[in-house]
Parts: sequence; C-alpha cells; structure tokens
Amino acid sequence: MTAIAIAPTTHTTSAGHLPKWAPWALLAVCFVIAGTIFAFANAGGDPADFNIAMTLVVGMVLYMGLIFVVSTVAESRRHATDRLMTALVSAAFVVALLPLVSLLYTVVVNGLARFDGEFFSFSMRNIVGEGGGAIHAVWGTLLITLGATIISVPIGLMTSIYLVEYGEGKKLARGITFLVDVMTGIPSIVAGLFIYSVFALIMGPGTRIGIMGSLALSVLMIPVVVRGSEELLRIVPNELREAAYALGVPKWLTIIKVVMPTAIAGIVTSIMLAIARVIGETAPLLLTVGIVQGMNLNMFSGQMSTLPVFSYMQAKYPGLPPDAYIDRAWAAALTLILIVMVLNLAGRLIAKVFAPKISGR
Amino acid sequence: MTTTTTDTESTRSPVSPKAVLRPGDRIFSGTALSAGIIILITLAAVAVFLVVQAIPAFAPDTSDNHILEGQSFITWVWPFVFGTLWSSLIALVIAAPIAIGIALFISHYAPRRLAGLLGYIIDLLAAVPSVVFGLWGALTFAPMLVPFYKWLNTNLGWIPIFSGTPSGTGKTILTASLVLAVMILPIMTAICREIFLQTPKLHEEAALALGATRWEMVRMAVLPFARSGIVSGAMLGLGRALGETMAVTLVLSPLGIVTFNLLNPENPTTIPAIIALRFPEAHDSGVNTLIAAGLILFIVTFAVNFVARWIVSRRAEFSGAN
Repeated sequence: MTAIAIAPTTHTTSAGHLPKWAPWALLAVCFVIAGTIFAFANAGGDPADFNIAMTLVVGMVLYMGLIFVVSTVAESRRHATDRLMTALVSAAFVVALLPLVSLLYTVVVNGLARFDGEFFSFSMRNIVGEGGGAIHAVWGTLLITLGATIISVPIGLMTSIYLVEYGEGKKLARGITFLVDVMTGIPSIVAGLFIYSVFALIMGPGTRIGIMGSLALSVLMIPVVVRGSEELLRIVPNELREAAYALGVPKWLTIIKVVMPTAIAGIVTSIMLAIARVIGETAPLLLTVGIVQGMNLNMFSGQMSTLPVFSYMQAKYPGLPPDAYIDRAWAAALTLILIVMVLNLAGRLIAKVFAPKISGR
Repeated sequence: MTTTTTDTESTRSPVSPKAVLRPGDRIFSGTALSAGIIILITLAAVAVFLVVQAIPAFAPDTSDNHILEGQSFITWVWPFVFGTLWSSLIALVIAAPIAIGIALFISHYAPRRLAGLLGYIIDLLAAVPSVVFGLWGALTFAPMLVPFYKWLNTNLGWIPIFSGTPSGTGKTILTASLVLAVMILPIMTAICREIFLQTPKLHEEAALALGATRWEMVRMAVLPFARSGIVSGAMLGLGRALGETMAVTLVLSPLGIVTFNLLNPENPTTIPAIIALRFPEAHDSGVNTLIAAGLILFIVTFAVNFVARWIVSRRAEFSGAN
C-alpha cells in the first residue's frame, strides 16, 4: 500500500504504475475542461444558470475516457479496467447524491417562501387564494402519529421480546420473523385500504376519522419497530441474563430490569426512526383520514388534516392563484423534512450518547 | 456434598432442569406471545378484509358502478396493472446498477472511516417522505428533463420507446420511473452492502495475493458470493416501486392507456396512483372496485417480497452470518 517510490532512483516498486496523485490531477483537469465548456455555453447569461449537474456529468465521462487511455498506455489493460471501474463505482455514488442535493435544495428554497408565522398560526378555514396556514395539519400529523406510536410500540416491543427471549428456535418465532420482514414491504396504500375496509364493515362505508389513520400507520410501523428492537435485544450479552438468573431473578424481571435497560437507548432510536418513517406517509392518510379546512383535534369524529395530505392536495389541486397553493405545498414539505431530519438526528444522537458501555466489546 | 443432600437434589433437579414458572412469568410471556400473534392476525386480516370488500367489484352487471361504467373489472384494471409493472421495471433497470455501484463504493472503495457516514447519507434518501419526492419530481425534476427528452427523441427516436412527440412538461412515465429509481436506491443499497460485507476476507485476500487488481478481486470474490443477495435486494426494490403511490400520482396525469412509449404526454398510470386519485370521491361499488385493484397490488407485492425474503433467509443459513 505504502510502496510509493521512496528513493526516486530505484523504480522497482513503482515501475509501470501511475503515481498516486495522477488520477486526482486528471480528474481536476477534466472538471476544469467541463466547467470551461459550460461557462462558455452560458457566456453572457445569468451566472446562476451555470449548469452544475451537466458539468459534473461531462467531467466524469471525460475522466473515465482519459484515465482508461492513460492507464492503458502507462500501465496495462488490466489496470486500466481497474481504474475505469473505480471511477464508475465512485460515479454511482455521486449520481445518487445529485437528486438528494437537488431535492433538499429545492425544498428549502421553495419552502422558505411561506415558512412564516402565518403558516404556523392559521388553518385553511375560509381561505381562498393567498394566505392561510397549516396549523391544523401540523396538529393532525402530531396527533395521528402519536396514536400510531402508542399502538405500535407496545405490540412491536413485546413481539421482539417474544422473538428474542421466548421464541428461540421455535417454528412460530421463525414464521413471525419472516412475515414481519415481508410485512415491511406492504405498500402503504394497501394498509390504508385495509383499515378503510375494516371500518366500512363496522361503522358503515365512508367513515373517515383520525384513529383510522393511526391504525393504518401502525400496520406500517409495527414491523419496523419489531425489526429494530429485535436486533438490539439480540446484542445484549447473554452473560448479563445468566448473571441475573444465577441470582434467582425471575425471567420476566430479568427482561425488564436487565435486558431492557441495556438496550433502551438503541430501542428509543429505532422507535424514533420508525416514527420518522411513517410521519411522511401520505396515501394511507388520504384514504382513511381525508382532509378538512379547519382544525379538528378529535381523533374519533370527523376528518382531520395532516401535513403530507395537505401538501399533496395543495400541489395536485391548486386553486387561483396557483402559486399560493404550490408555495403552501412546499412549506408543508419543508416542515415535514425538518421533522424527519430532527427525528433522525436526535435518534442517532441518543444511540451514540446513551449507548451502554460494556467492557470487553 | 454429603450423600443426603445429593439424594434430595436429584429429586429436585432432574436431568434437564426446568425453571420455576411464576405468575409474573406466565403473564409476561403470554403478553409477548400474543403480541407476536396479533401481527400474524393483522397480516391475515389484511388479506381477508380486502377480499371481502373486493368481491362486489366482480358483479356481472357493472352499469351502476361509477368507476367501471359498464366495463368488466379485468378490462378496467389491465392498463393499470401494465402501468405498475412497466414503470417499476424501468425503475429497477435504472436503479439496480447504481445501487450495486454505491454498495461497492461504500463497502470496498471508500476509506473505512468514511463508510459509515456515506451509508448514512444514502439512508437519508429513504427518510425523505414520498410526497416530497412527488413534489420534487413533478415541479422541479420534470421540467429539468424536457431538453434531455427532446435530445433523446431527436437522436434515438428510431428506437420505438423513444419515438413520438416528446412531452412539453416532462411529466412522462420515464420521469415517474426515474423518481421511483431514486426512491428504491436506499433499500437496494442497504441489502447489497450487507451482503458485500459478508464476503469472506480470505477470498478477497487470496485474490489480491495472486496479484488481482481491486476490480478483479471484486469480480472474482465479491460478486459471485453476493449474487443471490443482489437478486433479493433488487426484488425488494421492485416491491417498493410497485407500491409507491405519491410520486407517481403527482408526476403522471391519469390516463388508463397501454403504451411502451416513454416520452409521450399520454402515459399509462399505476394501480396505487389510480386508487389515490379516485378514492376520495368514490362511493358504493366504486369503492369496492378500487379495493379490488388494491388486492391485486397486495398479492403482487406480497409475492415479490416473499420470494426476496426467502432468498435472503435461505442465504443466511449458508453464509454463517447471523
């Protein structure tokens, strides 16, 4: 690895190899060339129109061609292939970054237009056109997600306890693990249809209330909670359990007092990630909770508004002037993204800070 | 130990000692077990309730059904089944090589210290709500693609899928598939990465020791080992793409047509998209029709996920990884 020519007079280890800086220098040259081309294409225009994405793409393609030729000449065909594949694999990563960056950038830029006090203090009652806000949707999202969390966490947690502590090697446990995995792939809209069908049979067709949304989200959330907490319960060292048993502690107390406290930071993290996963779900809420213009905090009567559905309806069915509706949609999207990012970061922070310090691991 | 105590001990502890079952234990293990069973019941209930609610859609006379409007259910649903499969397949074809590349980059190319951070960045893509992807796809991404589609049409128009008049808004099935591709990248990357990391170190080192370049090592040691994992990761991605609603709903306008053309303004649409679009105003047997369409979606995604997970779990036994 460190076999770069130490003494420049002997070329035994570095002979037939490009120096380490060569690919990087070539990459820089390619980007400069691509940048110049697009700067000329944009000459006289607005500097903001400079096509960054195309510059990156053209620069990378140029680099791949050049490094292959250079390496074939200076090294060998095999090394050239290796360098080409390295470039391709790295490019794949950059390609995935482009939409992420573009998406975050657009959401922030467009969302800030209406990310103001009015947005978080007004509902859409009696609002046509500009103005108005999404406070009713924020409350709806918080309540429905809270409901889903209250339903999913006990079920999910107890299931994972069963799988890890009681079900070892049993057929039922293996079946549950497998089906939970399959369940993570259920389309969210199917969960919405399912809850709608259940309530249509019990309370009559067309029922749309907040608790239905919580139940639909639970169908999606439970598998995520199970998988997350199961993994964390499994890494609790067996020695801890055995020590508790040896002291005569019953199994259920061992689980509550020894296993859970050891894994609790990770479990909280996985629950927060699960909340982040479902808080942005749109389709099931569109089917089960609907949308209203005003505030409704009653989970058991009447339709409610939620941020994702609010954003969707504003963008898909804009009124006049359309820009006011689109701006509200972006602001709601920005709010959602912020909530999700905060949950993600806080979750990972909790996992890092409160992780149990087990010696010897 | 004296003989007297061994006598009493042998009566108290038989060959396989069984723990004393206290009431607390019974209650706790019972709760845990029933939680697990609730999940199984839920899954079964999803199927049962969807079937029950879907049956009225198959009534022979559909003239009073405001969605079918006299057609049979099969004639109505076929274009949406086609649209769902077609858009998901395109998304899969685009996303699979990129996901493999990213996974390789994180597992074998990136500096070890950066790997965790890079994985986290890709996971961020999974955290973005689907409606935000939809907004971005419809309002930002689609207009960006218009010149590219024009270029494709002029230069590659002789290929049937790129022929016709390209859409002026960019809201085509290809745009929807590209957004879907971005959305399924994280799950495919996660599975591939996990499998790539399981490659036996000895295989990799043996390849390197024989003078293989890094790419030759990947091709000879990592990829053959990971083949089934890649397949199942791709299938999980396919399952996600099949069921994705909002991105498609926001990008495409609902036209139930069957065409392979990628760039036209007239596009097929998908089952989840048509459900989301028609459900809020549906009533009576119209609701049943949409639920029947949802049932088809459920069966297809369940089958795809089932097979994918089966490949992974069968794989786990062989690889020796937990």
